[in-house]
Amino acid sequence: MDDQVRSLEAALRAKRAAGRKLLVPYITGGYPGWQDAIRACAANGADAVEIGIPFSDPVMDGPVIQAASQAALEGGIVPSKILDEVPNLDVDIPLAVMTYYNLVHHPGPERFAANLQRAGIAAAILPDLPLEESGPWCAAADAAGIETIMLAAPTAPDERLPRIAARARGFLYSVGLLGVTGERASLAETATDLAARLKAITDLPVLVGVGVSDAAQAYQATRVADGVIQGASVVRRLMESGPDAVGDYVAEVRAAIDAD
Amino acid sequence: MTADIAADSLLAAPDATGRFGDFGGRFVPETLVPACQELESAFVEAWADPEFRRELADVHRQYSGRPSIMTECHNLGARLGVRVILKREDLNHTGSHKINNVIGQALLAKRMGKTRIVADTGAGQHGVASATAAALMGLDCKVYMGAVDVERQALNVFRMKLLGADVESVESGSRTLKDAVNEAMRHWVANVGDTYFCLGSVVGPHPYPYMVRQFQSIIGEEAHAQIHEMTGALPDVVVACVGGGSNAMGIFAGFVDEPTTRLVGVEPAGGAAIGRGVPGVVHGMRSNLMQDEVGQVEEAVSISAGLDYPGVGPEHSYLAQIGRAEYPSVTDDEVVEAFHLLSRTEGIIPALESAHAVAWLTRESAQLQGQTVLLNMSGRGDKDVAQMMDILDGRI
Ligand SMILES: Cc1ncc(COP(=O)(O)O)c(C=O)c1O
Repeated sequence: MDDQVRSLEAALRAKRAAGRKLLVPYITGGYPGWQDAIRACAANGADAVEIGIPFSDPVMDGPVIQAASQAALEGGIVPSKILDEVPNLDVDIPLAVMTYYNLVHHPGPERFAANLQRAGIAAAILPDLPLEESGPWCAAADAAGIETIMLAAPTAPDERLPRIAARARGFLYSVGLLGVTGERASLAETATDLAARLKAITDLPVLVGVGVSDAAQAYQATRVADGVIQGASVVRRLMESGPDAVGDYVAEVRAAIDAD
Repeated sequence: MTADIAADSLLAAPDATGRFGDFGGRFVPETLVPACQELESAFVEAWADPEFRRELADVHRQYSGRPSIMTECHNLGARLGVRVILKREDLNHTGSHKINNVIGQALLAKRMGKTRIVADTGAGQHGVASATAAALMGLDCKVYMGAVDVERQALNVFRMKLLGADVESVESGSRTLKDAVNEAMRHWVANVGDTYFCLGSVVGPHPYPYMVRQFQSIIGEEAHAQIHEMTGALPDVVVACVGGGSNAMGIFAGFVDEPTTRLVGVEPAGGAAIGRGVPGVVHGMRSNLMQDEVGQVEEAVSISAGLDYPGVGPEHSYLAQIGRAEYPSVTDDEVVEAFHLLSRTEGIIPALESAHAVAWLTRESAQLQGQTVLLNMSGRGDKDVAQMMDILDGRI
């Protein structure tokens, strides 16, 4: 992979500049079929994929992703097995990992960042590591060339958002609602509100995630944001019907967000 | 009530990042950061407000039954060759020390304009205390409890329901206290506007470990004065059981600056966060944590639902690191013996949690000859009687 592809932020900015809305599906690493699911995402219009490294206590996740994580853990998955598989995925889009901070803290930020870098991972999302605690990880990630995607939430006061944006690399993750991952019947108002607040203060790509549950909601969110992250709706399809269903769904969302 | 903490006290407030030494902090989803900041300022302001402290003291006196008494165990003492004095938190309304914290937090929730509280519970004692305070103060209350604990603490589940709380059984993970805390945090993330998260121990993100310790420090303050009155001296040892560590921090608070008093926190062998854990991050804090070789949190296994927790409050990790307190562990079998022993020698049926402290005392009594041991009787055993009936049946 050349550097242009390896940098998540460069890749997303280039696509945005070309007028494309951005689509980043989430796949639980270690869940049966996860590698093929990532390939299916890449083949059907995903701009990057977020690979979840399962953790025993995922406080930002709702029932679907919890169940997938638990199944993967019960199947004996460990972070190194997921990272060892990454070079074999052979996809031409950037890959990020999402996990919880204890899996970084345990080996230590430097070792974890080096492990990601060696596997060819471009970026990381750590949803239980807020700005104030992010120093040691960000220093290690910066040194290893790993982009740290920061989350911004609807509860943040205005003065907080520019500080989060200043520390974010790759893209800015705009949390769609007050709550954990999972499908909802409609897109929360907070999703477009926060995305608009973030677009006003940063030039980074702004992607809405958490609670963007189908193609129509993705369309709605991308009228304001640069793109969307789709988690539970993708993982549920992987669990119910396997990797091909993931590919079909990603294609459906792609088509929806490409419409004017 | 006291009294602000002396500047050179070991019982300092945490630093600006919420740390005691290297331990503590605020590792929460971004959604919760403003709520934790708001809580921190609300607590600091309330704690400095004499009116709030007066209100808290009034509820303690007129409702919880404070001050709790001290009881010297003459029979057990004679048998062990140790002077044993119990701080009777088991006599508080609702049957444990948990009420001290909950009354404080419920008053704070009201002061902050919150209308609902959400709580985690292990043994159900914190859940019962939360449901009680919510009933008293007109707040809605939801309690998350692991499915395993719902089964072994059925009596407390019914008590919570009787008090008007909504009890949710948690089926994820190990289905015990750790998972109840996860689920309560998820609920808080989704309802952070009107909901107050009433954490049950000195754990969680800053300011909880500090705030809960302050609310529980009434135990140590009273005990410090009472033991002086009873014995004319300081105790040689203060001992308490440690789950998250709130009853232990509460009684340690009165003695941490007395260098001649040994502080002992007793962990269950199957949940020895300090004894067997290494520093990790879960539930918003960096502290000692039982985890596997890659950092997945291990499930604690203890006869006592209230101590079935793989982590521990950050201030305990700090006190262990600086060598001010020690954290031995006892086995379930030793606890069963101690439960039975205190019941028949003193006519006091301890909570299984508190029986851990008794178990340490009996095991170590040969090394404690002639000493005075102050033991925090954190709760009463009524909730455990059904479980113990199965275990001790035939032996009694
Ligand atoms: C009677 C009693 N003691 C102790 C505990 C453990 O909590 P902590 O370590 O916070 O005091 C519990 C928890 O449920 C309890 O019910």
